[in-house]
Amino acid sequence: MTKNIMIVGVGGQGTLLTSRILGGITLEAGYDVKLSEVHGMAQRGGSVVTFVRYGENVAEPIVEEGQADVLIAFEELEALRYAHFLKKDGVLIVNEQQMEPITVVTGAAKYPQGIIEGLEKEHTVYKINAMEEAKKLGNAKVFNIIVLGMAARHMDFSQEAWLEVIQKTVPPKTVEINQKAFLKGYENA
Amino acid sequence: MEKKIMLGNEAIARGAYEAGVKVSAAYPGTPSTEISENIALYNDIYAEWSPNEKVAMEVAIGASISGVRAMASMKHVGVNVASDPLYTISYSGVNGGLVLVAADDPGLYSSQNEQDTRCVARAALVPVLEPSDSQEAKDFVKYAYGLSEKYDTPVIVRTTTRLAHSQGTVTLEDRVEVEDKPYQRDPGKYVMMPGNAIGRHVYVEQRMKAMAEDGSAFPINRAEYHDTSIGFITSGIPYQYVKEACPNASVLKLGMVHPLPRKLIEEFASKVEKLYIFEELEPVIEEQVKSWGIEAIGKEIFTVQGEYSANMIREKVLGEKVEFKAPAQVPARPPILCPGCPHRSVYSVLNRLKIHAAGDIGCYTLGAVPPLNVIDTTVCMGSSISTLHGMEKAKGKEYIKNWVAVIGDSTFMHTGVNSLMNMVYNQGTGTVLILDNSTTGMTGHQDHAATGKTLKGETVPAISIYHLCKSMGIAHVIEVNAFDTQKLEQTVKEEVARDAVSVIIAQSPCVLLKGNVFPYKCRPVTDACKKCGLCLKPGCPALTKAEDGSIRIDETMCNGCGLCMQLCKFQAIEQVEI
Repeated sequence: MTKNIMIVGVGGQGTLLTSRILGGITLEAGYDVKLSEVHGMAQRGGSVVTFVRYGENVAEPIVEEGQADVLIAFEELEALRYAHFLKKDGVLIVNEQQMEPITVVTGAAKYPQGIIEGLEKEHTVYKINAMEEAKKLGNAKVFNIIVLGMAARHMDFSQEAWLEVIQKTVPPKTVEINQKAFLKGYENA
Repeated sequence: MEKKIMLGNEAIARGAYEAGVKVSAAYPGTPSTEISENIALYNDIYAEWSPNEKVAMEVAIGASISGVRAMASMKHVGVNVASDPLYTISYSGVNGGLVLVAADDPGLYSSQNEQDTRCVARAALVPVLEPSDSQEAKDFVKYAYGLSEKYDTPVIVRTTTRLAHSQGTVTLEDRVEVEDKPYQRDPGKYVMMPGNAIGRHVYVEQRMKAMAEDGSAFPINRAEYHDTSIGFITSGIPYQYVKEACPNASVLKLGMVHPLPRKLIEEFASKVEKLYIFEELEPVIEEQVKSWGIEAIGKEIFTVQGEYSANMIREKVLGEKVEFKAPAQVPARPPILCPGCPHRSVYSVLNRLKIHAAGDIGCYTLGAVPPLNVIDTTVCMGSSISTLHGMEKAKGKEYIKNWVAVIGDSTFMHTGVNSLMNMVYNQGTGTVLILDNSTTGMTGHQDHAATGKTLKGETVPAISIYHLCKSMGIAHVIEVNAFDTQKLEQTVKEEVARDAVSVIIAQSPCVLLKGNVFPYKCRPVTDACKKCGLCLKPGCPALTKAEDGSIRIDETMCNGCGLCMQLCKFQAIEQVEI
């Protein structure tokens, strides 16, 4: 059975690093895996989405509407934008952070209120203010790995395997802080 | 054998390596850029960024004629730039194998149009291979070199964004050192003047016929017979959608999409009851197949726009209702210039002066959207300067007194320089603003002839954009710090008023370039804030309005450029060292 994961956020939030860690762990575990990323213009502060699929034999590299087992959202509006990709019994992991898109800043649109409460009515939602937690760890940038740690509870890999693949994937100087961040999310879940 | 998870583009680079390629040339363009970046990591391959795709193609052609395997890679619109050499090298053929990787962009993730390279290939009489995943991306590149040398032809390997930027598992193999082909002078083949080209055209037509015939036996064209009540002819990424939605249907998977293996297609069509042709973008396969009198369903139900999906097949072929919640109506989040981007500073000045800009291709195209609203036109690489010149010639020099051409440094070196020569030669009076951020920004920071670094990371003399402009005889070439808004404003006012060509080079490195982080953060001084909102005008994403009308600056996003501080008339923003 193929497992469908999506990572959504705002260009620059580190979706690519997160998907690289995910890709690494699925391959180590011996699965067939496909990932699909967004490069180029959309990375400049736009809405970005990454798909990760793993299983015996994966055909298409994308996750389609209504098929995601796990939706990892680094930002609330992006969680709402892609929530319809979730399966009925899919889980949403959301970082409690609101980033106003330019359409809101210029006054052309309003940032929706009560996003998480609304999503909780329809989906299984796990939320965390990962930015706060990351600051407590001493590096705001690792917030995405905290979120990944929470999401890891809904995949079939051991804690050791995660820590190992993080070590292999992130720059050597940041291994420790990233592993700490991962455990923060993992234990919080 | 080692297995690795690889981006489609990384796998293409690996294929070039394993195929014994010795020379690679390219100009960056999404979604093709990572091909060259990965090829550059192999010491056995000479790899360069050329100033544009035409030059890159010609470099690869030269390498091929000399007897080695060569590759040029580019995005679909880059193929337009390279089409002049492409159409004719098709006649000459090759000595060492020659492959052009062309990356199409269905869905326009990062492009100005949605053109289909297969149409170019048909016109240029060049065969096209189309892989469906990373493994095939590597394998097909190697196969392409075999075809190129066997049939004496350049070969296009066509990818799309979804393939180029998807990762999948790839089995690595060793590099095969291919012996250089001996070079023999052969003007009848390599000097394409009319007398020689007439003969080569005859050869090319025979070649394409032979490939169409032989293609039925190529292993990359594969009929998978299962349930024969439905059959699909497909290729590339759409093949994966077919396998996802209809794992039991019969599929003719075409690895070579031009020329088409007619015998194989006719055989497949005769064995399935209902035939669908599932191809993204133009009905290239469909129109040919239908012209042979074969009944098939294609663009009657499948769009010519954007990407396909498995759900599309579930709905339109299987008649299934795919159930999911309706998407929420949420504000769009289009891409924007980064916090600390020097382009924002320049555009804030142009916006204030109510200047119109003929724009170009790069991050700075984002100057077209609110709140900057400066760019009025964008066509293709290098077009800003020439379109402004055309406006002047149509309407007179007064008409462009509130216009400038805006072009980046890499795009200027690509083809802008030709347009500037034209403006000088034909006595235009336009003002050209070169946004020099010392890199090719949008594609992810690639070097070019004016940065002083090569693709392989060597330090070389940088071509001076200033002296290049000066050498054309332009008297007024002015260099300005892109964040010096006062001087910039003054300079723009003076130069647009001038009855002569002038060039303003607005300099400041891309804020994302390594080693270019301002040693500051900007911080609001709340007591002094008069809530006028002036600092919000350029649309920096780090700044938001608080409920009481004062401003907030997100410290994780702010890059400390100080543009907001310059705009504030009340010293209500300060720069603090970090």
